Amino acid sequence: MRKILLASLLIPALALGGAGCSGKKDAGESGTQLGGTVHIDGSSTVFPITEAVGEEFQMLHRGVRVTVGISGTGGGFKKFCSGETDINDASRPIKEKEALLAAEHGIGFIEIPVAFDGISVVVNPANDWVDHLTVAELHQIWMPDSPVKTWRDVRPAWPDREIKLYGPDVDSGTFDYFTETINGESQVSRPDYTASADDNVLVTGVAGDRDALGYFGYAYYAENTDRLKVVPIDGGGGPVTASHTTINNGTYAPLSRPLFLYVSTKGGERPEVREFVKFYLQNAATLAAEVGYVGLPARAYELGWQRFESGKTGSIFNTDKARSGLSIVELLSL
Amino acid sequence: MTAGEWRGVPNLARRHWQSLWLRRLFQALTWLGVMLLAILLFRIARQGAVWLDWDFLTSFPSRFPARAGIKSALAGTLWLIGLTALISVPVGVAAAVYLEEFSRAGRLKTFIEVNIANLAGVPSIVYGILGLAIFVRGIGLGRSVLAGALTMSLLILPVIIIAAREAIKAVPQSLRQGAMALGATRWLTVRHHVLPGALPGIMTGVILALSRAIGETAPLIMIGALSYVAFVPEGPMDGFTALPIQIFNWTARPQQEFHGLAAGGIIVLLAVLLLMNAAAVAVRHRFQRRR
Repeated sequence: MRKILLASLLIPALALGGAGCSGKKDAGESGTQLGGTVHIDGSSTVFPITEAVGEEFQMLHRGVRVTVGISGTGGGFKKFCSGETDINDASRPIKEKEALLAAEHGIGFIEIPVAFDGISVVVNPANDWVDHLTVAELHQIWMPDSPVKTWRDVRPAWPDREIKLYGPDVDSGTFDYFTETINGESQVSRPDYTASADDNVLVTGVAGDRDALGYFGYAYYAENTDRLKVVPIDGGGGPVTASHTTINNGTYAPLSRPLFLYVSTKGGERPEVREFVKFYLQNAATLAAEVGYVGLPARAYELGWQRFESGKTGSIFNTDKARSGLSIVELLSL
Repeated sequence: MTAGEWRGVPNLARRHWQSLWLRRLFQALTWLGVMLLAILLFRIARQGAVWLDWDFLTSFPSRFPARAGIKSALAGTLWLIGLTALISVPVGVAAAVYLEEFSRAGRLKTFIEVNIANLAGVPSIVYGILGLAIFVRGIGLGRSVLAGALTMSLLILPVIIIAAREAIKAVPQSLRQGAMALGATRWLTVRHHVLPGALPGIMTGVILALSRAIGETAPLIMIGALSYVAFVPEGPMDGFTALPIQIFNWTARPQQEFHGLAAGGIIVLLAVLLLMNAAAVAVRHRFQRRR
């Protein structure tokens, strides 16, 4: 058996020798044919968009290999900042610490937002009392040592039934963003809720519990509209329901978060990476919608490409400016 | 005859009753395990069967469930398991032979034995971290299928060594004595008598170990195995993905169709596992007959 195994391994290995050489020669001679590999890692939230772009891109450029990992935003940044990948998918802006690590390794990065994810707050369809929630009420419910035990604790008119909470676990970028927006500090939340890394578990949980309240990415609500009821959120300007339109035009605030690509300047010099980024920004709006996210306004993609072309490094989304209520286009124009 | 009549054995009726009751309990527990497996298989089959067709095996992953397939994951898994077997079987069996046939009892041997036994219980993610530090970054193999196979080999080596040692121990001492009495060296004895005799047992251990490796996800994600790959690895230095990663990825998607695809992937994984088992049984059978 071992001989057969060995033979079956050698044959593809030999085939590689031939194929690999001829592939490189073609690229060198014609000059127009793109080759090489685009190495991408990072957030599993952004993964479906990047996968879709990679799929389409490789149909156009057969010689280019696009590989995408899902080490998570933080795990991906570790690789990205030590120069192991060309692009990092990120569901949150880069952190100071990570930017420092990149600088240490001489890696410059260009920050490009590619889509929105609207964090949806949902309840069971049988819940007929919740018409909307304000950000202050959400804070009341989710803050550490929250006094809220029953629905009546949120608003006196609501029933005296225990409120059952569902949310992503602490490793999730959705958790980071939600806690930062609602509780004012990332990773700070009441701990007594049903936490899962798998959003499908949260969907099932809320769908089967009349007293449940949960939050997760918009795509998981959009796929389960018949089993869940989405709660309009009042961020100060009246209740707004999460939908493609309200997330795209920025009215579903403050629970819309941008998703990013971080492109290394060194990788960006290679023609295949450059082409890939260009293709990504041209098609992200359509492809993001296809996999359940919301595209950015067209102007944001133009500004993103300009950023890349002019080699503008550094982050604007991890600064205070990003929290000052400016729209994504305004932020990119800074 | 009732229990009261037989004075030498008190409470005989109660003992019989106890025995019968326990037998039923054990039977029920055995069936519980079988039933759980059956329910699991049934659910997976019902969910995944509709997605299983030739295209599923020969297509790359896609955002369209109807177009998505497991070509790269299946190829990656075959590469990974093939390389892992090539690395771990010779090393594992050699270590077992050394420990059983050549090494002398002593502190060093005890030390090695304790270590191997402990390694068998280390969580797989720890091997992933080790693989990332040593193979991916240390020797600079990158996120290649070879780095994955080396990590997997570390993971299953203890299992192979322990199983192979048990198998070698089970070879009757008289065989060794006979061979040596006729002038065979220790190596010749091992080569011609001990190893062939132990082979069925070794094969069982190897298959169990490889079956564990084929289903592992955590160490692969740790060393940075990819999730989206639209090519088949052509050499040991290529990037790769594997079936468990692809399955994990699909189950996390919001769309129901991808959950069906994941079930389809599980069926394929089970089929690969069964084929491996069948191959091992066939080899074992052949060797047993020849002897």
